[in-house]
Parts: sequence; structure tokens; C-alpha cells
Amino acid sequence: MHTKSLKGLTIPLVSVLAGFIVGAILMLIFGYDPLQNYQNLLVGSFGGVYSIGETLRNMISLILTALGFAVASKAGFFNIGGPGQYLIGWFGAIVFTLKFSYLPAIILIIGALLCGALAGGLWSMVAGILRAYFGTSEVITTIMLNYIVLYIVNFAVKSWLAGKGSDSSPNIAAKANLNTPFLQRITDNSTFNWGFFIALAVVGLVWFYFNKTKSGFEIQAVGLNESASQYAGVNVKKTIITAMLISGLLAGLGGAIDGLGNFQNISVSNNLPNVGYNGMAVALLAAENPIGIVFAALLFSALQIGGLSISVYSNTPSEIVDIVIASIIFFVGIKYAFELIAKKGWFKRKNREEKGGAEK
Amino acid sequence: MSLTTILMTVFSTTFVYAAPLIFTALGGTFSERSGVVNVGLEGMMIIGAFGSTVFNLTFASTFGSLTPWISLFIGALFGLVFSLLHAIATVTFRADHIISGTVLNLMAPALAVFLTRVLYEGKGQTPVINQSMGSFTFPILSKIPFVGKVLFTNTSLIAFIAIIVGVLCWYFFFRTSLGLRMRSVGENPMAADTLGINVVKYKYMGVLISGFFGGIGGAVMAQSITLNFSASTISGQGFMSLAAMIFGKWNPLGATGAALFFGLAQSLPIIGAYIPVLSHVNSVWFQIAPYAITIIVLVIFLGKAVAPAADGQNYIKGK
Repeated sequence: MHTKSLKGLTIPLVSVLAGFIVGAILMLIFGYDPLQNYQNLLVGSFGGVYSIGETLRNMISLILTALGFAVASKAGFFNIGGPGQYLIGWFGAIVFTLKFSYLPAIILIIGALLCGALAGGLWSMVAGILRAYFGTSEVITTIMLNYIVLYIVNFAVKSWLAGKGSDSSPNIAAKANLNTPFLQRITDNSTFNWGFFIALAVVGLVWFYFNKTKSGFEIQAVGLNESASQYAGVNVKKTIITAMLISGLLAGLGGAIDGLGNFQNISVSNNLPNVGYNGMAVALLAAENPIGIVFAALLFSALQIGGLSISVYSNTPSEIVDIVIASIIFFVGIKYAFELIAKKGWFKRKNREEKGGAEK
Repeated sequence: MSLTTILMTVFSTTFVYAAPLIFTALGGTFSERSGVVNVGLEGMMIIGAFGSTVFNLTFASTFGSLTPWISLFIGALFGLVFSLLHAIATVTFRADHIISGTVLNLMAPALAVFLTRVLYEGKGQTPVINQSMGSFTFPILSKIPFVGKVLFTNTSLIAFIAIIVGVLCWYFFFRTSLGLRMRSVGENPMAADTLGINVVKYKYMGVLISGFFGGIGGAVMAQSITLNFSASTISGQGFMSLAAMIFGKWNPLGATGAALFFGLAQSLPIIGAYIPVLSHVNSVWFQIAPYAITIIVLVIFLGKAVAPAADGQNYIKGK
């Protein structure tokens, strides 16, 4: 068991190293200083309480969208709807907070988070229902639903929430801010907020759900073999819908927390939020393991936040960070190549031992 | 506005927006017919758009009005080389196709914008190209009464080429032995292998051709719509093409038709403003319509889309 988990960690670690090497080579080719940039990256992400606060805050939505992607993926579905579910969750939370601002703080916050999560969940469930009852490809429906929600939210913000001539909703009441004065004080005014602890709690819940509940088991069974699960008495239609619902709930919660803790309002946007796609990458890096997702999100977040300071302190394009991220996931993907290398090395040693034996 | 002018606007905007989608969706069919799932079409388009724009900006003075057409070819080559990453990862190193495709989508904007900053003094976007693909009037066809005006005047030449390429791709897959072999690799690689078909070779071919077409798709986007390259040049067109390919049931003709439909849908918000009855309708409905209609059509008429049987599975010889 111990050796197995060690082996499980080897590939991500080697991949991370290889990804940084690719980034370094690229920087050398174009005449930038990799050591200086990596140092800036480290300082920018962990160099002080402010940076750490930002890095941890950026993890929240990565964790939640990654968990969302992972739940659907375990059931065998490719939910590209993360960006849309995140956006509608963000929107739902802001609307609730603005419309019910007279409620006491704690109820307001819980209501807003639930509203956001539910909005994401119901939105994603549409794709689940279509998949379950009509066999419609969830790849297409989630892509289409992403764009629909983008335009609906833009329209609603512009004509319903924003004032005349403005593209943003008003800010939410200070009492609903998850980035409380206490947290601001101890993290040097970073955007670190209570959502981080909610995200960690959700990680635990999802882990429990997959490993200890019947419904979580059924999701994985359907993902492994739909017909076998049906034969074994699993209600496949219900399971598909449940998986997509949970998937969307998680991404929606991510949007809701970012809305209350980070943005404080919502604006008209031309593109879907990138975090939905990044969450996919985090989930893939962590092989869809809930605990692994926390560490993958930490790495991802540190690279993103640290990357901001790369272009501040040098003329190196900050996109180098995204190249490193993509390379890391590429190397995780081609783990078979590492296995080949490891196997060859092992063979050589074995051959030598055999030769040695023969000489004796 | 007369009916002729309205129809002319409808068709020409439809063609302009459909052309990049047609090429990219056709690319998708090549990859997936050979058994490699391709969610990386977006990335291939980005690289194609980047390559073609840089070429266009650099060589516009040398090649004059031919530049956009040569740029398409350069964009295609960029896409092809970039898709090698996907081929090596999935075919040779047995990577999960979705992971590898996601890598392409993450890598392409990062690499392209990085290089743009290196080449253009730290700016995240290139200057606007001077030699772009303008509108085209067909010499003889445009003289046909009504139809000539509606279909063949001031329209997009590249879209017509795209449709012809779509027909040729259909011919390739369903009327040539090479196409049959490629399909067989995607349906049952082991059986294909037993018959002496080189599975690895055909999978590489499928992925590289999809990179080639994806690159053209991105290049068309940059040369005829955005006219420069930045991070937002390609925003979702690759995913739309993926949807068009599935919508078209992995058939080149179906994919072409679906891409044309998406093109029509994307032109709705633009056309809506000109049509008297529709001009009072809020534009948000036109923006949503293409996506909502796609879902509805898919649910009512198509039902379950069936991918090639071995799509997404890695073929391991002797197993």
C-alpha cells in the first residue's frame, strides 16, 4: 500500500519537474532568465502573507470546478459546462445578495451560496436529463448551455442589475462579504476569504460521497460500465442526472463563493470565465482524486498568482506560466512514456544481475 | 430593404461565419474516424490563426493580394505540426485523448500569445493585417437572375471552397480504399491490424490531417473575420466545430451542413437588426437562438449520436 501511493506520486512529481524544465528551455531560447523568473514566481505566490492569501483564494474556484468536472467524469461524462455553471452560480449568488440584503448576514450568505450552487446544479441537470432520456451528447449540450448562460447573464446584468450606462451590478452589502475585515487584517488585505474553508469541507464531502455512499458508488459503476450497472439494478437514468446535478452544484458554488468573496459584483463579459476550463485541467492533473485536486489546485494557483509577478519584475511574457502548466499536464498524460523509461532501466539492471550470476 | 438584399446579407454572413467552422469540423471527422477523440480543435485553430497572421504581416508586401491564400496554407502547416503533439501523446504514448486534447487547448493560447509578445514588442496582439480576404463575386454565376444576386454576389469564396472540400472528404471516406481503411481503424483497430493495415500510420494521418484542417479553420477566422491575432481571436469556434462534427454524426457532409447551420445561427443577431419584423425583438434572443436551436434539433431529430466504435480507445497491439 505504501509503495503504491509512492508510485502514484512519482508521475505527478516528475511531470511537474519536466514542465518547469520545458518552461526554462523556452525562456533560454528567447533570452529570458529562467532562474530569476522562477524566483519571482515563488516570491509572487508564497513570498508573504498577502501572496499566500491570494494563492489560497485563487484555489477556491479551481478546487470546486475541478471537483465538479471530476464527479461528471467518474460517471463517464465529459462536462465542458464548468464555465457556464460557474457563471450562473456567481450570478445567482449576487442576485440573491442584492435582492435580500435586509436579511441577517449569516442567513444572507448561506442563502446566496445555496442559490448560486443550485443555479449551477439545475443548469447542468438540463444536460443530464437530455443525456438520460434522449441520449443527447453532453459534450454538445454543455457547450451550448455555456453560451446560452453567457448571453442570458450579460442581458440580465445589463438590463436588470446595472444602472443606466453601467456594465456592472452594484456591489453587495459589506456584511455578505466573505473576505471579512479579520481575514483582511491577518493577510495584509489580500482577497483570502472564508470560502477557502468551505471548499476544503466540500473536498471532504465529495471524498466521503465517492468512497462511503451508495449513490457515489453507483456513479462510478455507471462510469465504468453502463449496461453492467443497469443489469445489476442501478437506475442508470437517475444516476446520470444525479451526477450532472452534483457536478453543476459544485461549479456553481465555486462561482457563488468567488462572487461574494472576491468580486463583490457581476459585470457584463465577452467571454466565458476561464476558471471553468482550468478546473478541468486541475482535475485531470489530479487524476480526479478529491484529495489530489487540493494539491493540484495549489500548484495551479501558485503558478497563476506567481505568474502575475513575472511580467511585473521582468519583460518576460507571463504566458510562460501557462506553457509550464500545459506541459505539466502533457507529461501527466503521457505517463506511459515514463513507464517505458522506467521499465527499460529496470531491464538493464536485471540483465546485469543475470550476467553477473552467469559469470559466477 | 428589399427581399433580395436581405437574403444576400443572410447568405453572405452565414458563409463568412461558417467557413472556419466547416474546415475545423472536417478536421475533427478525420481524427475521430481514425479513432482519436479530438477536443483540441480549439487549440489547433488558435495556432493556425497565429501562424497565418504572422505570415501575412511579414510577407504582405512580397505576395500582395495572394498573401491571405498563402497564409491559409501556412496556418494549416502550423496546425499540422502542433497536432503532432496530440498524435504522439495519444497514439504512441497511449495518453487519455481528453487529457491530451485539453493540453492542446491550454498550450495553444499560451504559446501563441507568448510568441506574439516576443515578436511584437511585448504586445498581446498583432497589428491588423492589410491583405485580408474580402468579398468575392463569381464572374458568370452572379449574372443569374435573383439566385446570382443572392448567392454569388459579394460573398465569401473560401466558404464555397470549404463546402467543396467537405464533399471531397465525404468522397475520400466512403468511396476510396484509403478512406475505408481509415474508418476501419476507428471502428475496429484489431480487425484492421489483422488485415495488414498499419493502425499507427492511419491514426497519425487522421490526427495530422485534423491539425491541417483545424489550422486552416483558424487561419480563415483570422484572415476574414478578426483580421489580427490575439488571445480572443478564437473564442469557442473550436468547440462549436466539435459540436458540428457530432451534430453531423461524424460524416463530412453532415459536419459541413451542421457548420453552415451554426454559421446561419451566428449571423442571426447581425441580420435581425435589418429585418423589420425582427428588429423589435431583443437581440439577446438572437444571441441565444443558435445554441438553443442546436439543442432542440439534436433532441428531436437526432437522438443518440453514435461515435466510431473504437473512438477514444488506445490500440495496444496484441492485447
